[in-house]
Amino acid sequence: MQTENYLIRKPSLEKLFNNLIGSGKTIFAPKAKGKLALFDNVKAYGEITEDYIVTANSAKSVVFPRTEKLFSYHKSKEKTEITDAANSSFPEVILWGTRPCDAAAFIPLTDTFNGDYKDIIFNSRREKVLLLSFSCNKSDDYCFCTSVNSGPGNTSGSDVLFTKLPGGDYLAEVMTPKGQLLVRESIDLFEPKPEEDKDRNLAVVANRFNQKEIQAKLQNLFENPVWDDKSRACLGCGSCAYVCPVCSCFDIQDEAHGNKGTHLRCWDSCGFGLFTLHTSGHNPRETQSARWRQRILHKFLYIPNKSKIAGCVGCGRCSRSCPADINILETLTSL
Amino acid sequence: MNELIKKAVALLESDSVQVIIGYAEGTGTRTRAIFITRTADCENLIFDSRCVQNLAVYLTKSEIKKLGKPAIVAPIPVLRSILQLAVENQITENDLVVLGITPQSELVDFESFAAIEAFLSTHQIVIEEKYQETIREIKAMPVTERFAYWVKELEPCFKCYACRAACPLCYCTRCTVDNNQPQWISVASHPLGNLEWHIMRAMHLAGRCTDCEACYNACPMSIPIHLLTKNMLQDVTENFGTYGPSLDKLNTLSSFKPDDKESFIR
Repeated sequence: MQTENYLIRKPSLEKLFNNLIGSGKTIFAPKAKGKLALFDNVKAYGEITEDYIVTANSAKSVVFPRTEKLFSYHKSKEKTEITDAANSSFPEVILWGTRPCDAAAFIPLTDTFNGDYKDIIFNSRREKVLLLSFSCNKSDDYCFCTSVNSGPGNTSGSDVLFTKLPGGDYLAEVMTPKGQLLVRESIDLFEPKPEEDKDRNLAVVANRFNQKEIQAKLQNLFENPVWDDKSRACLGCGSCAYVCPVCSCFDIQDEAHGNKGTHLRCWDSCGFGLFTLHTSGHNPRETQSARWRQRILHKFLYIPNKSKIAGCVGCGRCSRSCPADINILETLTSL
Repeated sequence: MNELIKKAVALLESDSVQVIIGYAEGTGTRTRAIFITRTADCENLIFDSRCVQNLAVYLTKSEIKKLGKPAIVAPIPVLRSILQLAVENQITENDLVVLGITPQSELVDFESFAAIEAFLSTHQIVIEEKYQETIREIKAMPVTERFAYWVKELEPCFKCYACRAACPLCYCTRCTVDNNQPQWISVASHPLGNLEWHIMRAMHLAGRCTDCEACYNACPMSIPIHLLTKNMLQDVTENFGTYGPSLDKLNTLSSFKPDDKESFIR
């Protein structure tokens, strides 16, 4: 569809939020927690923080919860009853305050769940999500969105992208029919588009590498000292994968209680030694460096080979949250 | 820290050790662990108040052990962990050189683990008043309120196990939570699974934790899990006397005495 641009004044933005809450919508937005901002369920506009580059957690859990019930069962003498979660109705969720990188991440994430198998639960959740993103007016040294085909004002994935203008009003770029519907429902809050140049109001994020070059290099880098060098301090936790908006590996678990039980999909991480451990005791990825290599190759070689786009949106969350200060950008630029 | 650098160079040159585990500048204002095997890299060693990661965690990691005999830069929290690892027979004196750092940032040599214990006896673990107050407040809550408090605090936990990975005393090669035959602890990070994990973690560290706060510092969601271990530390102190690693004493909660004052155990 043709993009529609509007001006929305600062007080109107709060009214928009209140209209949405008033109509019973579930809203997830950045909330301050100590020095962090976390995506969390919010009920009032005042709970939202504007003081964040990106939230510490990603927004992926609204479509790919860390624990998802796939089905439950109940056995009796006569029969076994199975309740398939794919038949349930999923809540409408509004993501308020996603960054362009967060919104862009929904593209590779959706690809993953729509390969040979179309994941009904994921897709049902995804259909119910509305992404109201906010452009970045600040960045830090961990950000590298511009190196992975995105940027601080990129509209990909967002239903509406708001960009803060001098004076505190916002440019609203309406990108999808879902976004259009939102605007139509509160049309009195939107005014004709401003003259102000959007790009002048965005953070500057320097281009740090060429993704195609990285992809080409990685073809022949399976055995290389860089993996050891850059991962030596790795503690082997799953923090990088769990804060990543694109990482989608999961583990299937069964929780049984007598005759009843549930079949669950739980997040998993290639950073864990257990991830590739065979029942024989053999582990094809025996060291942390082999696991770090897998993380980089998956995002910058395997995913791009398959679906043309990188499995990384340059949000920098993995580097910020790493307890050992392992930095993905540092690895990529030293290849 | 010229003295530290000189010492590190000397240790590598004389082949007394093959790797120096220390701190270096990281990204932004952060510092990070560095593993130096060449004398030319020793100039990257730093030490200041930003160096809070507990390096003792690397002493038991197989990737680091492969590098050879280490010398480790050890401020007080690292020294405490080294002593506790020694108590638990995870490291031996001959396999390690300890480059101790006093609270005044002075370099101090330790000839033995006993010397570390003597030094630490003058630097006892003290739970800061602000934490004592928080713990008192939580303990004063009625049970249902306290339960709700922890369910809420642990809600952001997605079980990345950074707390486990950063802890020098969580050195098991296979953790109970990684066992699935039988599965003792739920893998899922639903409220029950999160409670199970954090209670188990705290209980496993009771009588062993040296209050370095590595778990809390590593948590990407800033969950105050160190309150659990600090509380256990206080409880152990109140019930079993002085707290802290000691080469002559067994771990408080994993030792057995025939003359125990509790009758249920006999």
